Amino acid sequence: MNRPGLGTACAAMLRRDLALAWRRRGDIAMPVLYAVIVATLFPFALGPEDTLLQRIAGGVVLVTVLLAMLLALDAMFASDIEDGSLEQLVLSPQPLALLLGMKILAHWLATALPLIVIAPLLAAMLHLPGTVIPVLLLALLLATPLLSLLGAVLVALTAGTRRSGMLLALMLLPLCVPAVIFAAGAVAAAQQGLPWLAPIAWLAAALVLAVVLAPLACAAALRIALDA
Amino acid sequence: MTATPAAAPLLEARGLSFRRQDEPVFAPMDFQLHAGELALVEGDNGSGKTTLLRMLAGLLHVGEGELRWRGAPLQRDATAGDILFLGHQLGLKADFSPRENLRVAASLHGCRDGTNAASVLARIGLRGYEDEPVRRLSAGQKKRAALARLLLLPATLWLLDEPYANLDRIGIALVNELLERHTDAGGAAMVTSHGTVSFHGGEPRRIRMHG
Repeated sequence: MNRPGLGTACAAMLRRDLALAWRRRGDIAMPVLYAVIVATLFPFALGPEDTLLQRIAGGVVLVTVLLAMLLALDAMFASDIEDGSLEQLVLSPQPLALLLGMKILAHWLATALPLIVIAPLLAAMLHLPGTVIPVLLLALLLATPLLSLLGAVLVALTAGTRRSGMLLALMLLPLCVPAVIFAAGAVAAAQQGLPWLAPIAWLAAALVLAVVLAPLACAAALRIALDA
Repeated sequence: MTATPAAAPLLEARGLSFRRQDEPVFAPMDFQLHAGELALVEGDNGSGKTTLLRMLAGLLHVGEGELRWRGAPLQRDATAGDILFLGHQLGLKADFSPRENLRVAASLHGCRDGTNAASVLARIGLRGYEDEPVRRLSAGQKKRAALARLLLLPATLWLLDEPYANLDRIGIALVNELLERHTDAGGAAMVTSHGTVSFHGGEPRRIRMHG
């Protein structure tokens, strides 16, 4: 008998969660549908004036995508806790933080990536200039994994409690705000022809920090949630 | 008592107890489990059988007392994977087939030499159901799919919480046979059950729990 290496375990974990997400494709489609509906409703509510829509387009797409992500955040560890898979992960001879990191990555791929793919479409619907769309995508590529990682920590922290949804929303708000400010700041700067690299760099720095720390925090929080 | 390292018990508990909100769940316990031994944990509902097993598995922290593994204080990092826990929640993904569930487990834990998912599932009585989603299996078949992990994954100590629940007579005999084979091969097991269970290989050790 020999223990599988880290790479094998991580790859298996990623494949497992992606396969599970694919078997429940309807759940993936829900946030996408939500984002499309919200972005479509804005011009109807505000009126189809080009200048107004152009000014708010970047912010609307960002907030819509981030909110759509929140819809699926709750489910990150729920099914694994329910069916006992999490216990088996905790007891497996592999580092829990890495396995959870893979789970978060799979969750991001399944929920955020489809949203990023449709984001240019939403932006075009709101008349965001074509030159700004790459900056918007870059901001989303950094802000969405950041939100997934921060959200995962909070989901893990509230895992043991009943009615965790409310608590989760309250705790996530202050953590969302910086991500939204920097991402929207970059888009607004690009729209005005100003340098937009600084807010993007801040997002990237926060993401690097979260990539290192969030899985460790998740592992600790879930161990505590099971230990009750 | 002078114990040579070779004769050190696989698992030893000294004054082990657990508190939940300052209420002791069970009285302090002392027991030893040697390689090749099978221990039946007995007690009424709520006497702490599951709590004890979850604590031994490492899901719950050790409240008071000490746990020793092969004569040295138990360290979770060193024993991870050597202790296999099967609880009330089976740890099976309902959307996966038994084969896929086993494949995931094997890629985290590794396989016993000379076993694979197909042979293990045939042995546990799930031939023909290998690729059926677990969601569509009966409660007893789900239990069997979870028990298949015992055959596939390498581990020395099995901690089985109610392994007989939902199983038919053939299934119960199968579990007894697995336990016998495991202890004959030098493994050890702790099993909780309130049913009347008979083992072929003589009387098992009994650990009585008092709430």
